[in-house]
Amino acid sequence: MSDIADRVKKIVVEHLGVDTDKVKDNASFIDDLGADSLDTVELVMAFEEEFGVEIPDDAAETILTVGDAVQFLEKNAG
Amino acid sequence: MFDLTGKTALVTGATGGIGEGIARALHERGATVTLSGTREEKLQALAADLGERVHYRVANLSDREAVDALVPAAEEAMGSLDILVNNAGITRDNIFMRMKDDEWDQVMEVNLASAFRLSRAAIKGMMRRRYGRIIGITSVVGVTGNPGQANYAAAKAGMIGMTKSIAREVASRNITANAIAPGFIETAMTDALNDKQRESILQSVPAARLGTTLDIAAAAVYLASEEAGYVTGQTLHVNGGMAMI
Repeated sequence: MSDIADRVKKIVVEHLGVDTDKVKDNASFIDDLGADSLDTVELVMAFEEEFGVEIPDDAAETILTVGDAVQFLEKNAG
Repeated sequence: MFDLTGKTALVTGATGGIGEGIARALHERGATVTLSGTREEKLQALAADLGERVHYRVANLSDREAVDALVPAAEEAMGSLDILVNNAGITRDNIFMRMKDDEWDQVMEVNLASAFRLSRAAIKGMMRRRYGRIIGITSVVGVTGNPGQANYAAAKAGMIGMTKSIAREVASRNITANAIAPGFIETAMTDALNDKQRESILQSVPAARLGTTLDIAAAAVYLASEEAGYVTGQTLHVNGGMAMI
């Protein structure tokens, strides 16, 4: 597992207060992890802060699962 | 109570009567304030008069680029933005049947669209810091209507609806959104009234006087304070009783 994936999962666990083993790549923030739409905005803000990137709104709207976030950040961060 | 020491505020329309009153009051309670307005000399003079903890930025709120640059500039100058006061407003009065598209559009742009864009920009940082106060200066006419002011009344009513929606969305993040609805306040706008108009207005005001900018500023200090944290989505009418809604 990549370092980016670890960091993403840590943020998700902290922010949504869910168990680590629930935070799988295909887990949807809203459907599987109990996030509301405001939580998803905050997650994106947390990713931006952690990875020092800017995630534009149109990209943010396509980040629906943990894997989406990891993929986006692997491509665009660092 | 109502101490704003350490808080940061942006006030638009800070060179107008009500905006200046609000900026002075927030500053007096200890807040660091960024003044925004269209007239540089007036901003400069007010900033000089307030002394420390003051920044200012010239911005024409009908210019979207200027609007989008305003919150980042205020955050950079002050380190954060805790309190946003959407006060700037213009009037382009005309009877409804004669109202031009342009008169409608200008009022919507400055009075409502800029408040939307500034609030959207400000909320991001407020969410991060889990603290924020968004205050919109609306008007009694946004609720009662007023002949000759369909555009202005629509924009002001729009602000109330927007405020309520923001309040519902972000209340759980310790951010409140409220509106203040002044009645007739002594400003350059009401100075333009003639004696007869003034008298007829006063007949409809149980308090039998026009309001002062201080009356509005006091409401803003209250809504900006930590103590008002359980008040959100509300419109505080400050109108001497002329409309009880």
